[in-house]
Amino acid sequence: MSVAVAVYDAVQEASAPASEAGPAPKRIVVAYGFWIFLLSDVVMFSALFAGYAVLVRAIAGGPAGIQLFSQSSVALETACLLASSYTCGLMSLAVGSERRSVTYLAAFATFVLGAAFLGLEIREFADMVARGATPQRSAFLSAFFTLVGCHGLHVTAGLIWLAVMMAQVAVKGFRATVQRRLQCFALFWHALDIIWIGVFTVVYLMGVTP
Amino acid sequence: MTETRHDRAPGDASAPSEPSSVLVYTTGLLLAVGLTATSFWVANTSLLWGPGVALGLAVLAIAQMGVHLVFFLHITTGPDNTNNVLALAFGILIVFLVIAGSLWIMTNLNDNMMLSPELMDLHMQH
Repeated sequence: MSVAVAVYDAVQEASAPASEAGPAPKRIVVAYGFWIFLLSDVVMFSALFAGYAVLVRAIAGGPAGIQLFSQSSVALETACLLASSYTCGLMSLAVGSERRSVTYLAAFATFVLGAAFLGLEIREFADMVARGATPQRSAFLSAFFTLVGCHGLHVTAGLIWLAVMMAQVAVKGFRATVQRRLQCFALFWHALDIIWIGVFTVVYLMGVTP
Repeated sequence: MTETRHDRAPGDASAPSEPSSVLVYTTGLLLAVGLTATSFWVANTSLLWGPGVALGLAVLAIAQMGVHLVFFLHITTGPDNTNNVLALAFGILIVFLVIAGSLWIMTNLNDNMMLSPELMDLHMQH
């Protein structure tokens, strides 16, 4: 009988309205705040996407996307970023269960794949510039370098962030602040992959279809 | 028990200790790989009706964004996810307004700014 009452109490407590539950734990507040920031970042990217979509035909007699984009390179970049998003997810799980070696391993894989993505992108940009397709050439190319370059800058920032976080794990261990920062990093990295889906679809794939 | 009374943090899996969490990420990865491969195939094949390709690519991209949100960011329709979903919905609304609005206005402007050849000549003389 008393067990039944205890269970009933527990259920009552669990279903108490949010207004009576008190402040949420800090990790939930922090992650939610970071989620809002990420959405504002996505809104910023939407402005760049809109600019690109408006200017994509304004090639001013210069090269168009179909002459510039190499699909095999884009496919490789996409594969790198998708795989690094997956290893980042595995890192979050390792952080959650505080397994240090698995965390380092997954973080290393994430970093290498992210760096490979960035290397491929820089090579692609250098190749385009060498062929005279600089941001100054046409409105289309200005919009292209702004949109794709901004994503690349985000990936660069993410790589620096990941390196700093691994140093913090090494020095401070899995304390609550470090765990919250790693949680935010995972959100950031997954969000970058979502934006990349938009980039490779709108810029590269739609750019090469006649 | 205290956890269930609050909204879940975005990015948190349903039960972090569950061994099936790896399975969730792996499912997401497989779905994402499938959708990406389909996107690249659709862009390069000549089997499909040309004018429909762009729409198909857009649908595949949105589907893949959904897969990433559900399997990687763990955004669900559960009651503990309401705040996250509402913020996301607001974000999507703004993204839609910015992109669709820009395209709409700029297409209109482009059409109305096109001068007929005679008018263009007049314009050039002055």
